[in-house]
Amino acid sequence: MITGEDVDHISWLASIKVAEEELEGFVASFNSVLDYFHQLDELDTEDVEPTYRVVDLTNVFREDEVRESMSQEESLSNAPRTENGYFKSPRIV
Amino acid sequence: MIAMLKDLRGRLGAGASAEEMVSALLEKIKRSKLNAYNNLSEESALERAREFDRSPWTGLMAGVPIAIKSCISTRGIETNCSSRILSGYVPPYDAHVIERLKEEGAIIVGKTNMDEFAMGTSTESSYFGPTRNPWDLDRVPGGSSGGSAAAVAAGEAPCALGSDTGGSIRCPASFCGIVGLKPTYGLVSRYGLVSYANSLEQIGPLTLSVEDAALVMEVIAGHDPRDSTSVKSDGGYLSGLDGGVKGLVLGVPKEYFGEGVDPLVEKSVWDAISRLEELGASWKEVSLPHTKYALAAYYIIAMSEASSNLARFDGLRYGLRFGTDQDWHSTFSEIRAAGFGPEVKRRILLGTYALSAGYYGRYYLKALKVRTLIKQDFERALSAGGADVLVTPTMPFPAFKIGERIEDPLSLYMADVFTVPINLAGVPAISVPCGFADGLPIGLQIIGRHFDEVSVLRAAKAYEDATPYSETVPKEVA
Repeated sequence: MITGEDVDHISWLASIKVAEEELEGFVASFNSVLDYFHQLDELDTEDVEPTYRVVDLTNVFREDEVRESMSQEESLSNAPRTENGYFKSPRIV
Repeated sequence: MIAMLKDLRGRLGAGASAEEMVSALLEKIKRSKLNAYNNLSEESALERAREFDRSPWTGLMAGVPIAIKSCISTRGIETNCSSRILSGYVPPYDAHVIERLKEEGAIIVGKTNMDEFAMGTSTESSYFGPTRNPWDLDRVPGGSSGGSAAAVAAGEAPCALGSDTGGSIRCPASFCGIVGLKPTYGLVSRYGLVSYANSLEQIGPLTLSVEDAALVMEVIAGHDPRDSTSVKSDGGYLSGLDGGVKGLVLGVPKEYFGEGVDPLVEKSVWDAISRLEELGASWKEVSLPHTKYALAAYYIIAMSEASSNLARFDGLRYGLRFGTDQDWHSTFSEIRAAGFGPEVKRRILLGTYALSAGYYGRYYLKALKVRTLIKQDFERALSAGGADVLVTPTMPFPAFKIGERIEDPLSLYMADVFTVPINLAGVPAISVPCGFADGLPIGLQIIGRHFDEVSVLRAAKAYEDATPYSETVPKEVA
């Protein structure tokens, strides 16, 4: 069973603040969805390999060549806050 | 009169004005009650149409207007994924498929509504409100590419692009009575598609006819080095259309019929199988024994990938930002809380949980192993000596009412029962109209082997040619 405390912890991991009034709804829907997921426990998958990708492509390489890239102006064109040609972030420490 | 692409190209080739065509389309969209579009690219579309009229260019889609789902990047045209967090975001580059459409002469008229970040089956989770089904305005158009499907069905675009992670092209195609194709994973570059669950999703066409879907595939399929999962296309989608179904073996998976399926849907699909039999195909029952586990495996994988892919939305490089900056974590947690809707939050949070320490093996790894079993089901059913294609209902029921399921996430997830296994296996599948239940369209799903789009399209075309359903249009727009 997932509890309100679990949802709080997950919300911290996911960097999404969960408001007090949302909590109960998330707890209920998480439990019903996870309960549904648990039907996979019926299957014995001990000797089954996981499928990460359906098309077998491994190690796709390209030449390491210098090519044109997006301009600084274009790269910053959607940034809500910039300073001196940089993205401006909140303080980290 | 709803024009198909061949007809449209014929008229443009014979000197019809692209500007008149585009402006008539834009007027129609502005009068519409459907809410199929989030934003129009009115000026650039009209400008390009005028250029075309002055000196027409050639190309597979020369002068043809197209609508694009809001999660596919278009340079200079807002691409917001129907989310508050990306409202106002204008991509500085084109997705690979958009580059290809432009190279072939298409004109982009606007960006279509969708479930927020493609997470949904009804287009109700859009920040900009639901899209309505042109067959019944009280009903959902399906999702997540609901805006694209409703626009095409109602004649607000001759064709559209959508994306399909667990049925998001085929479901709305089925609910809106049009054609929708999810290509084999890897056939169409995902470069410029805003990622939701990257190991499952593909871009594909929503059109009025199978031939139109084949035409769009000729344009968008093919290798692109910017998507490391992209492979080359052998083409042949148009040239291979008319072979018919003589000798084709249809597999009918027994798990896709019975409990939970609307009897009218089931009857339409069996009628379609009989029709294909009259056209020279044969059918046999096959089994996809792990079908009942597909939904759980799909949602675990999709949510896990979503929690990682959507970590990029933090208001730093693009998107919503507000208030005075506090410390890093608090600032981003509040932006993301305000910017994402409830279903997106639910999926990110559940995905985060599934990937968190101690649970990885129980959920994510387990789901990837079940994915192997489901993929093997399809490989067996479609192996040499087995069936050439599989036929099933696309959706277990026709379009439901707006508001009917949105409050109960699990009941909404259940609607995807016949579409998600295809994405887990990575095989191609099309939905074509195959009848009506109380005036609401029903879709037939035809599933093929990896990269055998040609057989899927050919079977769909033979069926479409022998039935009237694709020509039937909703009353509202007739």
